[in-house]
Amino acid sequence: MSSVLYDTPGPKAKVRNWVYSGIFVVLFGLVLWWALSLMGEKGQLDADKWTPFVTDSQVWTTYLIPGLMETLKAGALAMAIALPLGALLGIGRLSDHAGVRAAVGAWVEFFRAIPVLMLMLFSSALYAPQLMDVPSDTRPFWAVVTGLVLYNSAVIAEIVRAGVLSLPKGQAEAAKAIGLRKGQTMAYVLLPQAVTAMLPALVSQLVVILKDTALGGALLGFAELLSMNRQIAANYSNTIATMFVIALIYIVVNFALTTLASWLEKRLRGSKKGTGAVVEGDVAEVDAGGAAGVGKAP
Amino acid sequence: MFDFLDSGQYDVLGAFWVTVQLTFYSAVGSLIWGTVLAGMRVSPVPLLRGFGTAYVNLVRNTPLTLLVIGCSLGLSQTLGINLGGETFKETGFRLAVLGLIAYTGTFVCEALRSGINTVPVGQAEAARALGLSFFQVLTLIVLPQAFRAVVAPLANVLIALTKNTTVAATIGVAEAALLMKEMLENEAQAVFAVFAVFALGFVLLTLPTGLLLGWVSKRVAVKR
Repeated sequence: MSSVLYDTPGPKAKVRNWVYSGIFVVLFGLVLWWALSLMGEKGQLDADKWTPFVTDSQVWTTYLIPGLMETLKAGALAMAIALPLGALLGIGRLSDHAGVRAAVGAWVEFFRAIPVLMLMLFSSALYAPQLMDVPSDTRPFWAVVTGLVLYNSAVIAEIVRAGVLSLPKGQAEAAKAIGLRKGQTMAYVLLPQAVTAMLPALVSQLVVILKDTALGGALLGFAELLSMNRQIAANYSNTIATMFVIALIYIVVNFALTTLASWLEKRLRGSKKGTGAVVEGDVAEVDAGGAAGVGKAP
Repeated sequence: MFDFLDSGQYDVLGAFWVTVQLTFYSAVGSLIWGTVLAGMRVSPVPLLRGFGTAYVNLVRNTPLTLLVIGCSLGLSQTLGINLGGETFKETGFRLAVLGLIAYTGTFVCEALRSGINTVPVGQAEAARALGLSFFQVLTLIVLPQAFRAVVAPLANVLIALTKNTTVAATIGVAEAALLMKEMLENEAQAVFAVFAVFALGFVLLTLPTGLLLGWVSKRVAVKR
């Protein structure tokens, strides 16, 4: 294995790599041993803390699976609403009318600048009895979905804009030349091509949405996956074990989505069809407020 | 409409000051931790590469809320690790910073790694031809150029971090989001006014950061 930064290791370098590996293993082992012994001291490694997840199917049927379902439901619904809304906002930002551009731009920048948690808290307060009086059993769910939609439609608007801008100029010019109107150009020529370029970024955004649903569980009383921790730990007093299992579920679901996103990106970059333009699906960038970069095919 | 600000009952500026402090300590910590992770991910030692990749993939796919609550419930309340914090307030703050560093470090690492890719191959090759070791190539030649290329992505990570500090509200750190929750509950007749105050606070925090660092990124970018 060689890279730009170092040569293929010779005999000396190989020995050095083994030494470094050894040092790392020892350090990592020490930290692990310390953590495990501390957990053992506090009784967190006792079998009865961990076995419920294997032996007691009720842990799964009563808590974990319904919790995961709520998480997925809120995430899917938020994505389903935010997608068309974000597309509209994104197109609005590309409008020929300066007034529309400015208004939509201000809306998008405003909602991107505010933490999604604050939007959830605000929605929850809006749905309180004094104002809109959403039934209290579904209020947390709708507050979470509303908060997610407000934030993510703004982020998706930026992704859509970047996607449309990533297309070669000739596409819009050709559409204009054959006499299509502005709306037709967008609907028949630009958007269908931009969607393929945006796909990886959109899948990555879904990961961000799923992770953010956990906020609703912690502060709004939304019965999603993470909030199940409290109930399971109350029954078995196994906070750490439950946290591990819940984290594992999140990681499996999100890792599958992330892998899908990077597979899509690779496929799109390599494909002969389309323009080969890809709005980067890097979670870091999209998570960081939708500054979606635009990559061109090499 | 905004009379709740004059009542003296709420310390809005104090809450935002905690937000700023959370952001500052987490930003410094995650910059260091992210650089170490990036160094591991490009290093010639396969074991370090594996650890870096595994850490980034695991932590990036975990909700920040879970990490922060895990620090509080798991580390502090179950295992009794309080990070030297003596009061509940101090401990909560430090645990939140730890969670934020663990999470944000992965994004810093990924941003840096993409920055390393922008450094032309010839730079590293020339450095190796001079006989520099991997560590020297990385710290003297590649990283200084990579950092200049990733100011804009890092600025985005910083803005996201500023917003993510609100997650500390889930373990009771008295920052902006927690005060907003309390005020929304007490001042039900002024929901929009409360939201406006806190929204303005965050716009004031994130907008200048973005503009300033955007300007810096143009100034320091390596002209190729």
